[in-house]
Amino acid sequence: MTSWPKQPPAKRLGLVIDLDICVGCHACVVNCKEWNTGGYPAPLSDQEPYGASARGAWLNRVHSYEVSDGEVEDGAGGRTVHFPKSCLHCENAHCVTVCPTGASYKREEDGIVLVDEEKCIGCGLCAWACPYGARELDGAEGVMKKCTLCIDRIYNETFSPVEQEPACVATCPARARHFGDFADPNSAVSRLTEERGGYDLMAEMGYRPTNKYLPPRSAKPINDGIGAPDALTPVAEGGFLGWLDRVLTDLSKGPS
Amino acid sequence: MKPAPSIIGFTTASGLGYGMLFVLALGALIGVIPTERWLRVSGLLLALGSISAGLLSSTLHLGHPERAWRALSQWRSSWLSREGVLALFTYVPALLLAAGWIIDESLSGIYAVSAITAALGAAATVYCTGMIYASLPPIKAWHQPLTAPIYLAFALMTGALAVHFLLVLFGAPHLFIGLLALLAIVGAFVMKILYWRKLENQRSHGPTTASATGLSSSGLVRMLDPPHTQTNYLLDEMGFRIGRKHAHVLKFLAYLFGLVAPLILTLMALALDTMPTTLLALVAFLSGMVGVVLERWLFFAEAEHTVMLFYAGQHVTSKPKTSAAPAKSAPSPHPKRRRAPLPRRRQAIETADVAASD
Repeated sequence: MTSWPKQPPAKRLGLVIDLDICVGCHACVVNCKEWNTGGYPAPLSDQEPYGASARGAWLNRVHSYEVSDGEVEDGAGGRTVHFPKSCLHCENAHCVTVCPTGASYKREEDGIVLVDEEKCIGCGLCAWACPYGARELDGAEGVMKKCTLCIDRIYNETFSPVEQEPACVATCPARARHFGDFADPNSAVSRLTEERGGYDLMAEMGYRPTNKYLPPRSAKPINDGIGAPDALTPVAEGGFLGWLDRVLTDLSKGPS
Repeated sequence: MKPAPSIIGFTTASGLGYGMLFVLALGALIGVIPTERWLRVSGLLLALGSISAGLLSSTLHLGHPERAWRALSQWRSSWLSREGVLALFTYVPALLLAAGWIIDESLSGIYAVSAITAALGAAATVYCTGMIYASLPPIKAWHQPLTAPIYLAFALMTGALAVHFLLVLFGAPHLFIGLLALLAIVGAFVMKILYWRKLENQRSHGPTTASATGLSSSGLVRMLDPPHTQTNYLLDEMGFRIGRKHAHVLKFLAYLFGLVAPLILTLMALALDTMPTTLLALVAFLSGMVGVVLERWLFFAEAEHTVMLFYAGQHVTSKPKTSAAPAKSAPSPHPKRRRAPLPRRRQAIETADVAASD
């Protein structure tokens, strides 16, 4: 059924992504692909994976941006922000309501948005309805693929509790990704969001995404506090080197 | 958005078919379509043929066409599903009507009900087609009240032009149908001009890369490294921008073929009553179809999807109206200097971006 759950889900599982400490290593991207190529009924396919125009379905992508606030000191204001993007498991997920077949659905119990690959006709309308670009059509299977929040890991009782988290979270070497329940105000993800001012992507679209992004902390100027001089100035004033400096300076001025 | 030929073929062909069905059914009911059997039956068959060809064409872009029947199940929430249900439902009264016209040319009782139901079904189906696009918030150009009425108007316009040609061909032109065609042409293009005006305004007021990522409330956010080195589904499907370069020329041609030519030719066909009227009405119809195909191509090619904001960077000079991001940058204690742009790298990124999306 492609209507949204009538009651708000008891749990709201999702991710917190810390843009301050993501180093852009793409490990979450690769581990997501690795885990989910086996986790789906059909693999997450690539076309021409070793050819000149390799392409494929991936559920998580890391964009990298140069960010500044417009007017900055040279060399101090611009910074690189790595920006991982996957399904945000929105509360008002239009990708679900536009689905004509019922393949796309939002789970009542935990709010995870999933695709039933047996029902998907591959019309692509859900991908159009997603403002974030979270869904990609599988080139081999002809069905829509998306982040499942690693539903086959987080509820997998054969895993030890520390492993019961999405592959992207488990693999992140910087711990820039956190998984948890946003319906619980005392969960780690809720507290992180509260403390660090976590925000919704494109809140004005009204999709009410579950995943939250933590903004980069404000950067301090590069030269601050390490005692480095502003610029390198000549220090030779006397002796042979001082004489050489004067001679070379005069020479460079030319005859006048 | 990518202008997929199967979707352009579907929306224009089914629009024509449903427009014809609407005009034929209601026209017969109010007596402006003559009772000539073959005129009516061939008109209905052309309409149903065009609808069926459109529906078949729409399944061409599916990953799993054999599962298309499943698309009838979610009419409670999905406009695409509603369109499918109504499209199939409309066949029933349309075929009943055809049967009635073959048997006894009558339009009483069940056939009158069929005519009204077929006309309503045709209009509702085209409305659903428009709403599929109008209901997508990420595509701002489409997500507005004019989208569905424009689909209705162009369906009526092509349908009326086709029926007008049929009437002229069978030597039974009716002023009412000719005037209906003229009215529909003007109405459709008035709405389309308003639509195109709105698009111009949207370009300068939409969300930006800075506001979409929430990384800067007023400033510079631009792509440094793309998330993938080759193209992907998102860029193929939503990164289409070849058409925008030629939008002005194509718009001019859409006006020429869709508005000016059919308007003048139909007027001439109405005014003259000698031999070339058949040819005039035929060219008016064909020209109108070319205009609508151009309009539909632009409808897709000109529409921009928010996901592309994550791929392109731009300098924002004015503060976006809404931003989810908290202001986070402390003002610099030093005298401010505007950062010099990075023309070479910027250009390189944009070139790579266009290459990837084209």
